[in-house]
Amino acid sequence: MSKKIGDVILDVNNISLRFGGVKALTDISFNVREHEVRAIIGPNGAGKSSMLNCINGVYQPQEGSITFKGQTFDHMNSRQVAEMGIARTFQNLALFKGMSVIDNIMTGRNLRIKSNLFMQALRLGPAQREEEEHREFVEHIIDFLEIQAFRKTPVGQLPYGLQKRVDLGRALAMEPQVLLLDEPMAGMNMEEKQDMCRFILDVNDEFGSTIVLIEHDMGVVMDISDRVVVLDYGKKIGDGTPEEVRNNEEVISAYLGTSH
Amino acid sequence: MQTTFPRLMLKHAAERPGAPALREKEYGIWQTTHWADLSRLVESVACGLHQAGLQRGEHMVVVGSNRPRLYATMLAAQSLGAIPVPLYQDAAAAECVFPITNAEVRFCVVEDQEQVDKMLEVREKCPQLSHIYYDDPRGLRKYTEDGLGALEELIAAGGVFAKQHPQFFAEEVEKAHYTDVAAMFFTSGTTGNPKGVVHTHSSLIDRADAGAEFDKLTNSEDVLAYMPPAWIGQNIFSYAQWLVCGYVVNCPESAATVTIDLKEIGPTYYFAPPRVFEGMLTSVMIRMEDAGSFKRKMFHYFMGVAKKVGPALMDGHSVGLTDRLVYALGNWMVYGPLRNNLGFSRVRVAYTAGEAIGPDLFTFFRSIGVNIKQLYGSTETAVFVCLQPDNEARADTVGVPCKGVEIKVAENGEIMVKSPGLLKGYYKNPEATAEVLTPDGWYHTSDAGFIDSHGHLKIIDRVKDVGRIHGGANDGAMFAPKYVENKLKFFPHIKEVVAYGDQREKVCVMLNIDFDAVGNWAERRNLPYAGYTDLAQKPEVYQLIKECVEKVNADLAEDALLAGSQVSRFLVLHKELDADDGELTRTNKVRRGFIAEKYKPLVDGLYEGKTEQYIETVVKFEDGRTGSVSATLKISDAKTFTPVKAAA
Repeated sequence: MSKKIGDVILDVNNISLRFGGVKALTDISFNVREHEVRAIIGPNGAGKSSMLNCINGVYQPQEGSITFKGQTFDHMNSRQVAEMGIARTFQNLALFKGMSVIDNIMTGRNLRIKSNLFMQALRLGPAQREEEEHREFVEHIIDFLEIQAFRKTPVGQLPYGLQKRVDLGRALAMEPQVLLLDEPMAGMNMEEKQDMCRFILDVNDEFGSTIVLIEHDMGVVMDISDRVVVLDYGKKIGDGTPEEVRNNEEVISAYLGTSH
Repeated sequence: MQTTFPRLMLKHAAERPGAPALREKEYGIWQTTHWADLSRLVESVACGLHQAGLQRGEHMVVVGSNRPRLYATMLAAQSLGAIPVPLYQDAAAAECVFPITNAEVRFCVVEDQEQVDKMLEVREKCPQLSHIYYDDPRGLRKYTEDGLGALEELIAAGGVFAKQHPQFFAEEVEKAHYTDVAAMFFTSGTTGNPKGVVHTHSSLIDRADAGAEFDKLTNSEDVLAYMPPAWIGQNIFSYAQWLVCGYVVNCPESAATVTIDLKEIGPTYYFAPPRVFEGMLTSVMIRMEDAGSFKRKMFHYFMGVAKKVGPALMDGHSVGLTDRLVYALGNWMVYGPLRNNLGFSRVRVAYTAGEAIGPDLFTFFRSIGVNIKQLYGSTETAVFVCLQPDNEARADTVGVPCKGVEIKVAENGEIMVKSPGLLKGYYKNPEATAEVLTPDGWYHTSDAGFIDSHGHLKIIDRVKDVGRIHGGANDGAMFAPKYVENKLKFFPHIKEVVAYGDQREKVCVMLNIDFDAVGNWAERRNLPYAGYTDLAQKPEVYQLIKECVEKVNADLAEDALLAGSQVSRFLVLHKELDADDGELTRTNKVRRGFIAEKYKPLVDGLYEGKTEQYIETVVKFEDGRTGSVSATLKISDAKTFTPVKAAA
């Protein structure tokens, strides 16, 4: 691999998150370097999605801080996170089912549209030009994700694997520096998983995006990640290269159980 | 026309520089390449290839789907006097080794990463393959193999060279003679290695021109190119005829978007093998089944009208005023919208070729006003041998000889062709060439057929498969197994047929029912069944198949030549014929000899007049395990008809 992994872009320090008495995350620290593929794995209920939600400001952790590109925050704010260049996809897809693929991906351009509602409604010159530019960008994403045949198809009519691709497309439309993927491969068959892996690696490679992904499928994680964080019951039990994590005793017992 | 492809391109660029030559859909918009742009692009590619060392007379492989820059590459190679060899983009690496070795190919230009990977794999066996260029750089950024480069860079370098040597390109184009070799197409042989069919500029251009004249093609036609360019059919329609006529070739965005692109472009000239038309008909029928009852009723009513009136209108027969009015109403309400939906609104001429087309399928398209016709030809004849005139399209003939073609039928029934479009020979294979080309210029098509009373050519079967009935009532009559099999297979309920009769006293067939179609038919009749074998042996199913067989017999009886091929007895096989069991070829053709041996008890049972026969066969499962299937099969008689002796 010729890609160059840079400095730390996102640093998570001692995050703890509680819902009443339930400790979702306890004292979690890890960092993400620029251009790397960083995986967060762990059994069900380990706190993976909670971690992602802390990073993009859906949840506000009680303790700890997050440093993004040198700026440190006690908690993030969703809009601010998006403006700073962090995009995400969702485990259970949050697409607009009745809207076409193009329109769905177009919503990802929302933050970059400068013209106001009034100008857009009247299709004034600048608004129209701007829309054309954004549409062009969206077309590049459609081409990249190879979904040209479904441009105008309502998303709800597409098979699940393709909906996941549209979800990724919408996140890419934000031109994110960091892309958070919440179980991008859940519920897919082998072929769809392979396609998705290729797209993730291509995004990482061609767009230079940093990728943080949560995944259940260990095979996939080990193949495409540069470094892996392992969570179990809200605690970090492992961190390192796939090889290191694979040989980590605690990780093995969390995943496979131990014989006492 | 005594010219070459690069000269034709330059002529269009000089006469109509601003007219569109190619369109490609990219980023959702149809991007146009005009003739002048194309000419500049070809010049740059040619200069680039020249700098890289491509020699006159050398073969260069082109692999990929229909892409403007690959078309430009073929033109560039021809401009330098090199010979483009298009290969099928879906061929496996191993299949590419023979052509590349055979033609000593050093240069190849491919579409994308998939093809680059293939060529790199091929290179392990073909070390002379030193230059590999790719059109689409996606995913190739990290490739550092020797001799691998982007077409983009070659074009840029060539552009610089062209500026420094402004006369170079024109001089190279002038050096070519119209009798020089223009391209080579590999035909997939069923046995042994493929053969390289060598064509000259003159053979391809002459045939392209003859076809264009026959159908009065102009430079304003629109064509959608989506079949593999390595297939001579696509190459003639979207390359040779494109350059001869100067019309627009449209390249779809991807294989998945063809139906959408077809609708957007609305081609005026269209070409596809029967299976594409079949796919369209199926999708229409399925969508109609899902439509509301009013729409469905309207559709079926007007399709009934269309079937009766449409073909007659299209053939220029007189039609009563009422029928005409009802058809016009149907056209407004059903046929027009349907044509529009299929992308056929503007089609003037549509051709189907390659295999036999079912009469129902053929009639469907003609009845809704699509001028679908058949033609006859092959790689060796540069396609155009016979074409159907606009008013004389039939499902069972392939048309009249077109300009420049002479046809005769040899003693053994084989069609012999003499035409300016014949191949120059098979590459490095004089024995094979001598087998098909006689010294006085006749080509053996290896198809058996005859010219009917209207002067149309009718193809019956491959010559080597045509046999004779021996003994019995029809002693000495001609037996054409494929002809009989095809007639049966046109019924939606029948999937595969294998017919026997050569050197026997009557014709017997074994067949497979179409499990989906017959299953559906059984369900609508509340006929319970447990799997294929059970359904196949139902008396009701035998009755259904018997009706099909007898319809075919009635049809054959009217044919003076083939009346003796009527089917006397048949049985429905207990398992589906399968390529994994060696019963079909990979291209789904029945292997009669093999099946006759494997199912010998059944064949004997058919001829011994038994009413049922026990059979046990070994089957291979997809995971490689084997098992055995046994069953007692019923054998049924079918009614035959006394031949209606035609006056012809």
